[in-house]
Amino acid sequence: MSAPTHRKVVVTGLGAFTPLGGDVASTWAALLAGKSGVRTLTHDWTETIPVHFAAETAVDPSEVMDRVEARKLDRAEQFALIAAREAWKDAGAPEIHTERLGVVIASGIGGILSLIGSYDVYLEKGARRVSPHTVPMLMPNGPAAAVGLELKAQAGVHTPVSACASGSEGLGYAMEMIRSGRADVVVAGGTEAGVHPLPMAGFAAMMALSTRNDAPEKASRPYDKDRDGFVLGEGAGVVVLESEEFAKARGARIYAELAGQGITSDGYHIAAPDPEGRGAARAMKLALVDGGVAASEVVHLNAHATSTPAGDIAESLAIRGALGADTDHVAVSATKSMTGHLLGGAGAIESVFTILALHHRIAPPTINIENFDDDIKLDVVRDQPRALPEGSIAALNNSFGFGGHNVALVFRSV
Amino acid sequence: MAHSVDEVLAGLAEIVEEVAGIPASSVLMEKSFTDDLDVDSLSMVEVVVAAEEKFGCKIPDDDVKNLVTVGDAVNYIVKAAH
Repeated sequence: MSAPTHRKVVVTGLGAFTPLGGDVASTWAALLAGKSGVRTLTHDWTETIPVHFAAETAVDPSEVMDRVEARKLDRAEQFALIAAREAWKDAGAPEIHTERLGVVIASGIGGILSLIGSYDVYLEKGARRVSPHTVPMLMPNGPAAAVGLELKAQAGVHTPVSACASGSEGLGYAMEMIRSGRADVVVAGGTEAGVHPLPMAGFAAMMALSTRNDAPEKASRPYDKDRDGFVLGEGAGVVVLESEEFAKARGARIYAELAGQGITSDGYHIAAPDPEGRGAARAMKLALVDGGVAASEVVHLNAHATSTPAGDIAESLAIRGALGADTDHVAVSATKSMTGHLLGGAGAIESVFTILALHHRIAPPTINIENFDDDIKLDVVRDQPRALPEGSIAALNNSFGFGGHNVALVFRSV
Repeated sequence: MAHSVDEVLAGLAEIVEEVAGIPASSVLMEKSFTDDLDVDSLSMVEVVVAAEEKFGCKIPDDDVKNLVTVGDAVNYIVKAAH
């Protein structure tokens, strides 16, 4: 592989606020232990929709965020800010000129809880009672803006929106900001908070959600023959990316390199995947080329694998299409089996998992596979984590979204 | 309905505590909403709307810009709610 001509981008900080834990350490421990974050909902509206469960965050933001601060922030903004603070601290709070600091926080839907909640206020009490914080809370770029304000970032604050691929697109966008010289450090991630009857009813109407109401913790089961849809999750993942030179100059601890990205679109259907996964395969191939990574170096892949019948198959075909015979030495993990599907947060939290897998050289398990779907021609890490090889290794993280968005990120060990 | 200055100050102090997290005991007549109490222009709208509801008065948007201190608002509300 030829040497890349652009600046190398490395990961120096991690943050997470997820259905498995309120930080990276607790989330990662639960993930390796194969715990499910999916639970029966206890809202007064639960019984009004066909799906009675979701993966809500393990910790309520009110437990870790000041009341006055929280009341001006949508739940998705709260998640992003909490995860960003952890990531920034984890990176050692880099001293950087704020004109060289960027923020990219993606979201699939934006502040939908605030949007709907404010509409309820309007209907019940009239326009005068609609909060002046409504718009900053509902705008999809709100989480990025909140993080940007906190860090006083001035190199640019951005929000890619590509449904369930948004989080990965966020990291890719951040990487390009550093490569192109616009920034030296970028705080990047994705967030989502959509556990509400309206989006859930909408996803249910698409037949996209599992309806396994009698066993919610077993409902997210990628690669199992009896998978029947995804499980809605909520939360955020955030990373701190830096140019390698900047990170090394300040003596930062480096988790991994974000080596490359591949972005394609299917041009096929608004919600269904291309059955042959051609766009997804191309995204993975482009990521490897972009990162100067050979397929033979890839030992781990965090799959998009949402537990839908069609999606899991299409992605498995795409992986084999992209990696060929090298697929056989790739330990594939479908972590949505434990976290549920964080939508715009998914690509970000799964990037955190992929980075930790390379850093600790261990691939997290996939749970709930009781009858493996033989049509899936992948080496899936089941039930127990699996050790990854020593030496220089690489891993892919796939994210796909309604609209036909395909994003593959490739990370390399350091 | 008529309210005394003390009643309005106490009620307004509760609202400011709810909106901005400033202890009600620190919300005094001479304090500036923006400079002393961390009430920015957006939060000021919340304070005004909550005060309208609490004291049953109207505070037109054109008048809000003149309410610089807590005392300005208290005196306005005492008059408006009279």
